[in-house]
Amino acid sequence: MITRRKGRLLAPAAAAAALALVAAGCAQSERDAGGDPNETRPLIFAGTGDPRSLDPVLANDGETFRVTRQVMETLLEHEPGGTEIQGGLAESWEQSEDGTEWTFHLREGVTFHDGESLDAEAVCANFDRWNGFTGDYQSSNQTYYWQNVFGGFAENEDEELPESIYDSCTAEDELTAVIRVTEPSAVFPGAFSLSSFAIMSPASIEEAAGQEVGGEEGAPVLPDYSQEAGVIAGTGPYTYSEWDHDGREVTLERYDDYWGEPANIKTLIIKTISEENARRQALEAGDVHGYDLVAPADVQPLEEAGFQVPVRDVFNVLYMAYNQEASEELEDPQVRQALAHAVDRQRIVDTILPEGGEVASQFIPETVDGWSPDVQTYDHDPDRARELLEEAGQEDMTIDFCYPTEVTRPYMPAPKDIFDIIQSDLKDVGLTIEADSKPWDEYIPHTDSGNCSLYLLGWTGDFNEAYNFLGTWFGGYDSAWGFRDDEVFSVMEEVASEPDPDKRTELYQEANEVIMDYLPGLPISHSPPSIVFSPDVEPPPVSPLTQEQFDQASFK
Amino acid sequence: MLRFIVRRVLQAVPTLFGLSILLFIWVRALPGGPEYALLPENATAEQRAALRRAMGLDDPVIVQYGAFLGRLLQGDLGQSLQTGRPVLTEFAMKFPATVELAVMAMIIAVSAGVPLGYLAARRSGGALDSLVVGGSLVGICTPVFFLAFVLKLVFAEQLGVFPSAFRQTPGIDATRITGLFVVDGIATREWDAAWDAFMHLVLPGLALASIPLAVIVRMTRAGVIEVLGEDYVRTAEAKGLHRRTVRGRHVLRNAMLPVVTAIGLLSGALLAGAVLTESVFAFGGIGQFIYSATQTRDYPVLLGFILIIAALYVLINLIVDISYSLLDPRVRVS
Repeated sequence: MITRRKGRLLAPAAAAAALALVAAGCAQSERDAGGDPNETRPLIFAGTGDPRSLDPVLANDGETFRVTRQVMETLLEHEPGGTEIQGGLAESWEQSEDGTEWTFHLREGVTFHDGESLDAEAVCANFDRWNGFTGDYQSSNQTYYWQNVFGGFAENEDEELPESIYDSCTAEDELTAVIRVTEPSAVFPGAFSLSSFAIMSPASIEEAAGQEVGGEEGAPVLPDYSQEAGVIAGTGPYTYSEWDHDGREVTLERYDDYWGEPANIKTLIIKTISEENARRQALEAGDVHGYDLVAPADVQPLEEAGFQVPVRDVFNVLYMAYNQEASEELEDPQVRQALAHAVDRQRIVDTILPEGGEVASQFIPETVDGWSPDVQTYDHDPDRARELLEEAGQEDMTIDFCYPTEVTRPYMPAPKDIFDIIQSDLKDVGLTIEADSKPWDEYIPHTDSGNCSLYLLGWTGDFNEAYNFLGTWFGGYDSAWGFRDDEVFSVMEEVASEPDPDKRTELYQEANEVIMDYLPGLPISHSPPSIVFSPDVEPPPVSPLTQEQFDQASFK
Repeated sequence: MLRFIVRRVLQAVPTLFGLSILLFIWVRALPGGPEYALLPENATAEQRAALRRAMGLDDPVIVQYGAFLGRLLQGDLGQSLQTGRPVLTEFAMKFPATVELAVMAMIIAVSAGVPLGYLAARRSGGALDSLVVGGSLVGICTPVFFLAFVLKLVFAEQLGVFPSAFRQTPGIDATRITGLFVVDGIATREWDAAWDAFMHLVLPGLALASIPLAVIVRMTRAGVIEVLGEDYVRTAEAKGLHRRTVRGRHVLRNAMLPVVTAIGLLSGALLAGAVLTESVFAFGGIGQFIYSATQTRDYPVLLGFILIIAALYVLINLIVDISYSLLDPRVRVS
């Protein structure tokens, strides 16, 4: 009796399972249907977070730019797979001697996705729109990069906002746009390549103009045009097709009238998978064709399993900052030098970083103009470190050292492992370390407020300009570093207003030498963030700035 | 019955009010703030300060709470700082995913848990009983992320039977009505889309079901063993009732009371478990969103989502209380 009853209870479950298996097999085989894969299969790439907006001027994060960069283009861009600035929508450009006037000669025959032609007036309409932002558009959360580069707006609503250095944009003729700024800045021309400053069609601007930022003061609701496909027309190889917020995916379709080579793959889908292991398993299961920010420990197993992990050139820096206000012992240059000699940076590169990682001799990677071959170097030399500490009377020094948890940054793939090596090196020369770890969301406020004497942090460049690295850190007093040094600050001030790029490169070299003599912290390494693709995909050229253009990818 | 419902709903108001105060204090006591999460690493102190000012975070907490309460009374939970969309819109967008997942998990847990618990009780002390009890212990102890990893390894990567992530195959042509993808597929007769969404539910549903399944098995087993020893069961058998009637009407029905209570309580646990399950399956529900809101200090989302979930929890338990009277006529809600 019991056997029969058990059968009755289990039979439906078994039948359902069998049906599921059969149907799954069907679904799988449908997915592998024939035809030219570039035309019939979408390329699915997994990002780590949802994009914020389809209008890149309202964003400051790489996940948004990964999507918008395929659709909207900038006046200047970085060479594919490299860091050199080259023409984008502008075929060529020149600057006035004083660095306040930038003339862009636009490409002929470029059309927006809505059929309009790109001309100088369209370019100016974009710049005028950004400078004319009012209300909640002026929040640094909304227009971070505009404020970073141009300061403020035509009419600032927060009196503490700096004045806008944007003066005007005029269309000299159909294909010549002249942008004037009120003062020269070291961030030009590189800043014209920022993804935030991508050009959209005048019709899109007109429609967007009717859509104010809504919501309560201080908590703006982004306008509809930036949240759904249909309004924004760019000039790029792909068009926005759909943003499925429920399914967390953005679908892009090839733009057949693209001015350059049309995209190989017809449909590109960017999905969000926040969790690191889930990204890897989705790739291994064939649910996605690639993803970014591969954990260093996954690189080798993925390669062995036949996946492609192309190596990017480095374009970031990881450093150990010394905060002299948090620990007065660090005011002594000998102590700062001793710590530098104590750390075996090569070991970090060899054991933790992915292939292509390098020891950093200064706070910018070699690929950035202004890198100096003549900076003071601090080789791993524990004996010298002990000597210096003894001379400084700090051989028994105790110091706190912060590192972040629950995070992987492109420049810092395994913070705890890096911390462990440095900590053991510092202990080896006689220091007592008080470890202080904080989850990533608490870490930057913790270090910014001057709570850590030593801490790990870094930066990935937005564009090829040394100021994008050095400017924020060493342009003036910063509580995160806690030092004041006239020599460092004055060389940075000089370079910030130098309009001539060649002279600026020389000044950056000088700045790097001054900085490494002073040693406000120890640059540790440059690390190539890993990206992976499935074996059936011909990957696009990988970019040191993590700015891959997927139009150049194809199915094999 | 109506008076009971009204009274329970009114009782919930001070609970939710107190919760809102605690939440408000808690989220603001978290170190850091949205000005750090929303701006890049090298933003200047001035930029961060300007953003704090713009978001009104420099006002006294009591002023901020007053403003929040004022909006709440008008049914406005504010806007997500992270996505720039209204909190209610975000909830409406993310909640169906979690409902689908929780319902799937509960269906698996109940449809497997009750029969297994019953069989184990009937063969108490036997091999099947030991297996079921032992298995349920493993189910309770296994961390969801590990179970998810193993399920994906076997069924997605090795066998390729189920997808490893997402709610539907990317790029699928599906019409969205309710946001419940399976229901939408059925309603629009897009059978492919409905089936696809169902297949995407299986592995996360199994992972999320592990703990409720184990609890339901053990409670059913304990309940049935207890009821089997009751006098009225012996009486029912003695007076010659059909065995099926005895087991259905007398044993299972009576054993189900604590199980139904557990299902109500487990629905809260399901929401908590969904945080991890949604993350590892890239499922995009409220659990995952709350987690990322904690990371980015998205105060309005944290407050709004948790308050809505608390209100739902109260509602689910109200339904559980009402269902008692349906299962056991002796229980009168009053």
